[in-house]
Parts: sequence; C-alpha cells; structure tokens
Amino acid sequence: MFLAAIAVVVTRSPGWDEFKAYFFDWGYYSESFPEILDAFWVNVKLFGIAEAIILPAALLLAVLRSLPGPVFFPIRALAIAYADLFRGIPTILVIFMLGFGMPALGLDWIPTSQFFWAVVALTLVYTAYVSEVYRAGIESVHPSQDAAARSLGLTRGQSLRHVVLPQAVRRVIPPLLNDFIGLQKDTALVGALGVVEAFRQTQIDQAATFNGTYYLVAATLFVAITIPLARFTDWLVARDRRRQQAGRLA
Amino acid sequence: MSGGAIRVSGLSQTPALEIEKLHKSFGKLEVLRGIDLALAEHEVVCLIGASGSGKSTLLRCINLLEPIDAGRILVHGEEITAPGTDVNRVRRGIGIVFQSFNLFPHMSVLENVTLAPRKARGLSRADAEAAADRLLERFGLAEKRRDYPDRLSGGQQQRVAIVRALAMQPRLLLLDEVTSALDPELIAEVLDVIRELAGSGMTMLIATHEMGFARDVARRVCFLHEGAILEEGPPEQIFTEPREERTRQFLQRIVAAGRL
Repeated sequence: MFLAAIAVVVTRSPGWDEFKAYFFDWGYYSESFPEILDAFWVNVKLFGIAEAIILPAALLLAVLRSLPGPVFFPIRALAIAYADLFRGIPTILVIFMLGFGMPALGLDWIPTSQFFWAVVALTLVYTAYVSEVYRAGIESVHPSQDAAARSLGLTRGQSLRHVVLPQAVRRVIPPLLNDFIGLQKDTALVGALGVVEAFRQTQIDQAATFNGTYYLVAATLFVAITIPLARFTDWLVARDRRRQQAGRLA
Repeated sequence: MSGGAIRVSGLSQTPALEIEKLHKSFGKLEVLRGIDLALAEHEVVCLIGASGSGKSTLLRCINLLEPIDAGRILVHGEEITAPGTDVNRVRRGIGIVFQSFNLFPHMSVLENVTLAPRKARGLSRADAEAAADRLLERFGLAEKRRDYPDRLSGGQQQRVAIVRALAMQPRLLLLDEVTSALDPELIAEVLDVIRELAGSGMTMLIATHEMGFARDVARRVCFLHEGAILEEGPPEQIFTEPREERTRQFLQRIVAAGRL
C-alpha cells in the first residue's frame, strides 16, 4: 500500500522520464554488467578474506575481554581500548590512513598493495564490531552453565570452549550476519583508494557515458549476495531450534 | 592432615568430608558463620533450614565454586582449601547437582553425560559412552540418550544431571535442593534415584526441603540457621523432639505448609 503510493508519486513526478533514462537504461545495464561483475570479484575477495580473519580474531578479542581477575586487567584494558578506538573512527578514515599512509612510509618490508591495506583496515574496524557481538553472546549465557561445567572438573578453557562459546555463538548468528552484510557494503569504500572494485568501476563507467544505470548494476550484485546469505542464516537458526526442541510436548 | 580420623574397631578411617570453622561472606553479609561438620564414608547427611540459611552456599564452598573466607575443608583427608590446590582435580572427585539442573542445552543427553569424563578424565569417546549408557540404563534413561534437554520433563532432566555427576565417579555427592524446581508429581522419581544411591553406599550431603525424604534416607540431619549448624542428630530425634526452639519453629512452619 505504502510502496504503491510511493511508486505512483515517483512515476508521476515531472522528472520521471529523465530519471528513468538515467538510471534504468537496459542497454547500458547489459553492456556494463560483465565489466562491473569482474570488478565485483574484488569486493568478494575483500570481504571474503577480511571475514575469514575477523570471525576468529573477534572471538579471541571477546574472550580476552571476558577474562576475570586483576591479573588480566592489562589485557582487558587493551582489548577495550582497541574496541573503543576502531568502533569510533569512521571506516573511510581508517581505510584512507592505512591505504595511503602505510605505503607512503617508504619502508620496503611493508606491503604497498592498497588491496592489502584495504583488507587490513576493514579487518581492524569490523573485528572491533564483531567482538562486541560475541561479547554480548558470551554474557547472555547464564553463569550457572559455567558453574555446572567447572563443577564437573572441566578447566576454565574447557568450559569456555565446550559449554559457553557454543551457546554464545549460536545466539548471535543473526547479528553476526548483520555485521557481515555491513562489511560487504563497506567494501565499496575501498574504491576511494583507487582500487577498482564494483563501485569504483561504476564511477569510471558513469564518467564515460554520463549514465547512472551502472549504479543499479552494482546494487544488483550486492543484493544478489546478501539475500541468499540472509536466508541461509534464517535456515541455520531454524535448524538449530528444531534440533533442540524437536518433538517437545505442548 | 587433620587429626580428625575416627577410630573404628582398631581401624583408622578418614572421614569422607570434614569442615572446620568455615566462614563465608558476600560483601558485608556473613552467610556462613563457623560451620563444623564431618561425614563418614558412605554416610548420608541432610541439611535442612529456611531459604537463606546458607545450605546452598555451604555446598558450593565444598565444591570450591565459592572461595571461603576462613576455616578448612578436607575431603578424604586432603585439605582442598589449601592454597595451590588443583581445583579441577578436586572437583573431579566431588559431584554436585543443582536445583535448576543446569544441563547443557546444546548437547544431547549422552553428550551432557560424556563431556566431563572425556575432557576432564581423558576417557575415549567409546569408553565414556559405554559407561554413560550403563548409568542411563540403571536410572531408566536409556531411551533418552539422543534427546536434547528441552525434550525432557523436569524429573528426567534432573535424573540426567545426577547421572552426569555420577559419570565422573565421585566419592562424594552434593545435592542442592534437587527437587525444589520440580512439579510435585515429578519429585518421587528423583528421590527414588537418590534412595538407590544411598543404598549403594554413596556418600552424600543433601540440602533439601523434603522432610519425609530426609527422615527416610539420612543417617543424620543438620538444621542450619543463619549460617550456623544450630542442631544436629538422627532424623527421629530432630523431627520428633528437637532440642532447639528455632528448630521446633522451623519444623512447625514446614508442617503448616504441608511438607512433613
């Protein structure tokens, strides 16, 4: 209803024909699709590599933050400082600082690839976000679960690994996916370094023809990844719930 | 080593559990004020007393889930509250079952029971599962081995929790109001399990509100009041002719609530 109303307003607007020609040109769409798809693989590589590092690194960070007692205070403080810092700085700034800054140091043992520094920047920022998600999950597991595990003679580490973390991670799968989608979208920021990823490619194309259909191509590609992923997560959560509650009476 | 060994017909027998002058506070609240208690091997002792009298805290201290402030706890002659004690090794020999079961919801019954034997005692999966199956069989839970805790009734969950503790082959079992979270019709099946354990010679310290059960199963009953053992004795004496006024008042309230 609401969407229909918007559709009517938009298509009746005075600029609609121009708008349509600018953003919805099928000719440009099909012509540019392979090229932008090629560039999109750079995005896929960016978030694929980054996510593969983020998931374990963030879990480690969350565990370090949950270490109890005064002995671990320095470690906790460092973990908190890291999370505060990298959640606070806009992602684009981190990407700029590392992508332009690190190669400019002129140290020959430091990689100069901007793709490399883009992965590092995204990893640093999203590890901070994702560690908070894990932490919320860890804190949501009732202390009696840990007490039960410890009372059986399991060590702190064993209790964490076999009892607390499996429950914590299951609970935070939906917000983890949320951050993963955020990461995918933020790979478009890397174009600002000059790395030719999907968004950068659309800008190049747009500058050549002054048509905006390329943006639509890039949008299609991003959505084509996130929707299946969202359904997969739903399925994962539902399967888990079914397994634990199967056949439960009433 | 303590000097608390009891001489029985020429044989020196170390008590299964000795507690000496145990104190425990949470902040400014002193929950345990000098507990002295000893359990002989194969003895079953029930702790009774109002909520907040310190029963649960006492059991948690014995399992080293709570650090103590003063006093000593010895298990089979070893002072487990000494600094530098390997708490994981101590806990492997002391089972505890909680009021709220605390089964691991992401694991099947079999996984719940075999986790600690495999990880803490180093048993192979096959050995741990064989031992677990024998215990599940013994307590009528064999058909539930692949089920997740959510599928089980409260009584079944608590029996699984008892089996989980037994799978570590503890020499001492602590039961913390294990029937208090159960619907009345499910209490009997859990009490039957504990009776069977008592019959098989398991040394047990049981915090309970089930006075009839305490009378049946316990050799001794201790009445806890405000963090101290106010009175202890054989169940027939405690329940019929308590010496202390506080004990009498507590039992009257229990009778009025229809629990005795």
